[in-house]
Amino acid sequence: MPKVMSVCGDRIYSARPGALPGLKQFYDQGGMRVVWSFLHKLGSPRWFYRISSQWLPWLAVLAGGLLSWGCIWGLAYAPPDAVQGNSFRIIYIHVPAAFIALAGYYAMAAAGVVSLVWKIKIADVALRAGAGVGAAMTFCALVTGSIWGKPTWGTWWVWDARITSMLVLLFLYLGVLALYEAFENRETAARACAVLSLVGTVNIPIIYKSVDWWYSLHQPATIKLTRAPSMHPDMFHPLVVTILGFYVLYAVLLLMRMRAEVLEREQKARWVEDVAAGSRLAAEPGGEAHA
Amino acid sequence: MSSTVGPAWFEIARRDLLLAYRRRAEAANPLLFLLIVVALFPLGIGPAPEQLSRIAPGVVWVTALLASLLSTDMVFRSDFDDGSLEQIARSPSPLYATALAKMGVHWLVSGCPIALASPLLAGLLYLPSSAMLALLLSMLLGTVSLSMVGGIGAALTVGLRKGGLLLSLLVLPLYVPVLVFGSAAVDAAANGLPWQSELGVLAGFALLSVTLAPLAAAAALRINLDS
Repeated sequence: MPKVMSVCGDRIYSARPGALPGLKQFYDQGGMRVVWSFLHKLGSPRWFYRISSQWLPWLAVLAGGLLSWGCIWGLAYAPPDAVQGNSFRIIYIHVPAAFIALAGYYAMAAAGVVSLVWKIKIADVALRAGAGVGAAMTFCALVTGSIWGKPTWGTWWVWDARITSMLVLLFLYLGVLALYEAFENRETAARACAVLSLVGTVNIPIIYKSVDWWYSLHQPATIKLTRAPSMHPDMFHPLVVTILGFYVLYAVLLLMRMRAEVLEREQKARWVEDVAAGSRLAAEPGGEAHA
Repeated sequence: MSSTVGPAWFEIARRDLLLAYRRRAEAANPLLFLLIVVALFPLGIGPAPEQLSRIAPGVVWVTALLASLLSTDMVFRSDFDDGSLEQIARSPSPLYATALAKMGVHWLVSGCPIALASPLLAGLLYLPSSAMLALLLSMLLGTVSLSMVGGIGAALTVGLRKGGLLLSLLVLPLYVPVLVFGSAAVDAAANGLPWQSELGVLAGFALLSVTLAPLAAAAALRINLDS
């Protein structure tokens, strides 16, 4: 553990021009071993629970802070749009949710790859948790988009390219969730879902491009979609903050769901009983005194 | 019956074709489904030729998609249920080739007849004759992708007792690109516009699915067999 710290203090040594000076020391001193051992620890449910218990409060505070900052800034202080007035403000929820929905699918697929290749059980847990959170985010994006569409376009739903792709993404997520529930054996379910999420990953760019192309063929001339090709910085900066906030929120929700699933999977283990006992003791009035 | 045994995938394909031939009547089911559903549309919408000819490409494509989906469940199921798939998987022959052979036979037995019958049914919906060739070619290429992608879904749900509806939910979002380009090709041809590029994209999808789908199907089959 202490070896990593000494890397920064060593003298600069470049093996060849342009090489990062500290990197060679990092490798020589076994820095990668520290990284791998940390990742390896995360693979154990018990260690994962412990490590996430430490990280979760900080991440939750960060998510809450970024989201409140971004939302208050965007909802209250950003200037109203020239065309849409104040109704554009839902962009601060809608766009981050859409980003997370798409990024979440790739995160889920990455967890699937880890599960299939290295057979790490935590990756299975991450896959299942990611499917639920991702589906919820996609639904959120669709609903907020529909709410945005009502004052802007006059209808609750429009077969726009991006909206249709989002809808297909929701179906892909629901497919993964449904497949998981269909199997009796949890192991088989997780691996089948990993294969399905990989198949979906290959398909998402194809689906996106084909729906885009389909829309450019069939675009109705009457509905004009107000895009914001270049947002004013005063509108754009709160958006960046809320996007970051949503990313951290995704991490928080994912960790919470993973922790719940880990507890459920390992319920017969001793450490889970200790956790349950600890929380029971903490919940009783004066429980700390008894422990 | 020859005395020499060919490669495993060839024998499996030959056996599946023989089984399909013995149950020839079942091959007509997707076609009957196609006919009945296509007949439902005028009953639901009205017999006006302009209206029907406008929706004809989309209706024929969606119906062909659903008809192809109906028979997909059976691609691996009967072999899985009686244990022969497990024996095939344990043999030294690659499961990739077996999956490709079975999905190919599925295409020959269900997708190809659907594709060949589609111009007749599109004629019922007043599709202009300029679009018939586009329909035939796009269907032939599109049903290849549909069979391949459907085979992935079939492999994933082969161990489940009630896999049918779940299979549709899994596979239909993956069918969207094929549907989009297929119906666009026919639509363009019906309007007198060039349609070769859409056909090219469909050919690309067919090649991509023929190459990659057996990989996913083999992985899914192994997962189900190992459980």
